[in-house]
Amino acid sequence: MNYGALIFLAAFFALASSWFGFVLTPQAQVGQLRQTNTVPAGELYPEAPPGLARQGLDVYRANGCAYCHSQQVDQKGTVCRVVLADPGTNQNAVLAALLKVREDWTEAQAKEAIAKSRLHVLEGVAKEAADNASKALKAAGAKTELWVVPVGPDMARGWGKRRTVAEDYLFDSPVMLGSQRIGPDLANVGLRRPDPKWQLRHLYAPRIEVKDSTMAPYRFLFEMRKIEHERSPDALEDLPAELAPGPGYEIVPKTEAKALAAYLVNLHMDAPLFDAPLTLPAPPPATNAAAALLTNAAPQSMEKPK
Amino acid sequence: MTESSPHEPRPLAAPGELELSCRLPLLVLFVSAAVWLVIGSTFFLIASIKFHSPEFLGNVRWLTYGRVWPAAVNSLLYGFGVQAGLGVALWLVVRLGDTPLLQRGLVTLGAAFWNLGVTVGALGILAGDSTGYENLEAPGYAAWIVFPGYLLIALFSVLTLHHRRVRPLYVSQWFVLTALFWFPWIYSTAELLLLQHPVRGVMQAVVAWWYSGNLVVVWFGLAGLAAIFYFVPRLTQRALYSRHLALFTFWLLILAGSWPEITKSAPVPAWMPALGAMSAMLMLVPTLAVALNVLRTLGRNYSNLRAHPALLFFGVGAAAFVVAGLVRGLMALLDGDPLVHLTWFSRAMMQLQVYGFFAMTMFGAVYCILPQLTGLEFPWAKLVRVHFWLALAGLVLLVVPLGIGGVVEGLKLRNPEVAFADIMKGTLPFLRASTVGDLLLALGHLVFLTNLVGMVNRFYRVRALSAYAAATADLFKAAEARP
Repeated sequence: MNYGALIFLAAFFALASSWFGFVLTPQAQVGQLRQTNTVPAGELYPEAPPGLARQGLDVYRANGCAYCHSQQVDQKGTVCRVVLADPGTNQNAVLAALLKVREDWTEAQAKEAIAKSRLHVLEGVAKEAADNASKALKAAGAKTELWVVPVGPDMARGWGKRRTVAEDYLFDSPVMLGSQRIGPDLANVGLRRPDPKWQLRHLYAPRIEVKDSTMAPYRFLFEMRKIEHERSPDALEDLPAELAPGPGYEIVPKTEAKALAAYLVNLHMDAPLFDAPLTLPAPPPATNAAAALLTNAAPQSMEKPK
Repeated sequence: MTESSPHEPRPLAAPGELELSCRLPLLVLFVSAAVWLVIGSTFFLIASIKFHSPEFLGNVRWLTYGRVWPAAVNSLLYGFGVQAGLGVALWLVVRLGDTPLLQRGLVTLGAAFWNLGVTVGALGILAGDSTGYENLEAPGYAAWIVFPGYLLIALFSVLTLHHRRVRPLYVSQWFVLTALFWFPWIYSTAELLLLQHPVRGVMQAVVAWWYSGNLVVVWFGLAGLAAIFYFVPRLTQRALYSRHLALFTFWLLILAGSWPEITKSAPVPAWMPALGAMSAMLMLVPTLAVALNVLRTLGRNYSNLRAHPALLFFGVGAAAFVVAGLVRGLMALLDGDPLVHLTWFSRAMMQLQVYGFFAMTMFGAVYCILPQLTGLEFPWAKLVRVHFWLALAGLVLLVVPLGIGGVVEGLKLRNPEVAFADIMKGTLPFLRASTVGDLLLALGHLVFLTNLVGMVNRFYRVRALSAYAAATADLFKAAEARP
């Protein structure tokens, strides 16, 4: 290798192959993703975030939140849950079937269980066992649902309902997956902490909401001002004495803080997708129509093994 | 100034044509690199202290953790890393090719652009204009200053290499030439696809990983190894053990090293993390090749280490390269990623690679190059050793606690019974130790900067004195001639 041109060609070849493999090929694959449909509801996913949440992404980027908070959750796998949706009319047959499925239950326990609505017959079992149990109960005339439940330490911590997939980030720019968890994962913080007021108080003084938190305060996103006629509806309430403004003053979030809180409460990556199936639990009554659709979902169609 | 008192600088071999040709740009590059190092470690210290008292500078918008940390990393990577690497590359091109540097004025201008750009970038990050992509946080407007600066330096380095008087290429020249060409490609790709015409969704993260992996593993790898393969044989006055092993290292580094490592939990198709893990395993081979080559070149003559403090830096640099490569490779082989991903472990590895390997190698190189450039000894030669021990202790205290802390953190994160707040509390003792490491490193950098500034100051004093003597020689002669 005594010729400069030869070295140049070698370097060109190596870098070109890396560029081809890690820039061009992914661009043809993940770079071309479009909005997809949830399974089985068939809604468009993801939805474009509201304007204020978009501004919030900029505040998140500018203050480097991603250096302490990841936005990616992983799952070890999925397990199944068998839910007795409706015991049907033949109580005795269902009881017998139930006792076969749950050999550890006594008759009295099983009877009591049937009386409950939407009984979880089996938790965390493999697909095959769930199928067999479901079949046995159906033969007895009961209606069952088979749920797909992703599991793993991240799920157990309540950081997500399923693993995150490429589609979840279609509307983020920049995409900030984070490389470290100095604080909890935020991929689904909107599901855990849906109250913007909580987010604002936490941003202003993390330790009044979470004891022992190591998070830095973001007081520069707030301003202290004199109360003119009446307290602003946005003003932070119930601050501890050492943080409370003097009498006649209030602490109000600037637009940045409001945007960041809007962004955080809008963070949820829990739609059931073809590449990340899960069954969402029945929502409480009086919720929006979209979620209501999901409960009517035929669970059998969700069994795409993954 | 005919007789030299012991307090006056003692001249070494007078700098020749080669040294004169590149003296100005190299002094600019090395001194600014040292200044950035001090700035960077100040930021690192501020960021580090925030873990122990989160309210520290908590109300200062510009100094919140999420801004100070990327500013610190950018000062280290671009202000110090690439800048010092370019300086060493220039020197190797000039020395090995036995040609004076072409267009030193334009190269110096390039260095000035680079520094201006990095300054603008760091201020931009602190002002909240960070791009949000790790290791490429400097805002897009800074890239317009940084990039022409790099191109000016790289272009005339390549042209100087082309005009070399010694035609056969030495190992280090392969590495240098490749590094010079590598950066513009990866940087322009990243700037175009992330900032000018952003790609969609997770593809942004993929491009950012690709860029950052190529910068840290390949570019720093090439520049650092070029220095090791040149200076270690030179200081020990033995030939490089094997040119073939070096060639082998070169090929595998650019082929396998350019595939970025991606954690398995990332929301990307599974083949990407798999390829990244394969690259880490393949990198075991060049890692071992470097270990063999350096050890055999050093031989058993350890007295060299005492005679040349610079050799100590190269030794630690090579060792850190080998340890980093081995740990990465073993992690990939044993599938350790799920355990340590998203923990402090990854930062420990990053510091081992950038600080342990690259920065140590650059220190060694600067300590070798500057005396030749100026023809003077360092004003405080003993401080070189002080710097070495500070840097080594700082490195160990930074990397080992973070590495162990990362594994402990990973084990606890796996167990959902352990509350997250308790896990974070559990990492604090490790973070305390690493803050001490940061502090020692910062002291080391101050020592380094002091020595460099002292050297430059001495150099210009000697020049001023000799210029004065030359200008007044006639007057003195006339005075002596008078009765």
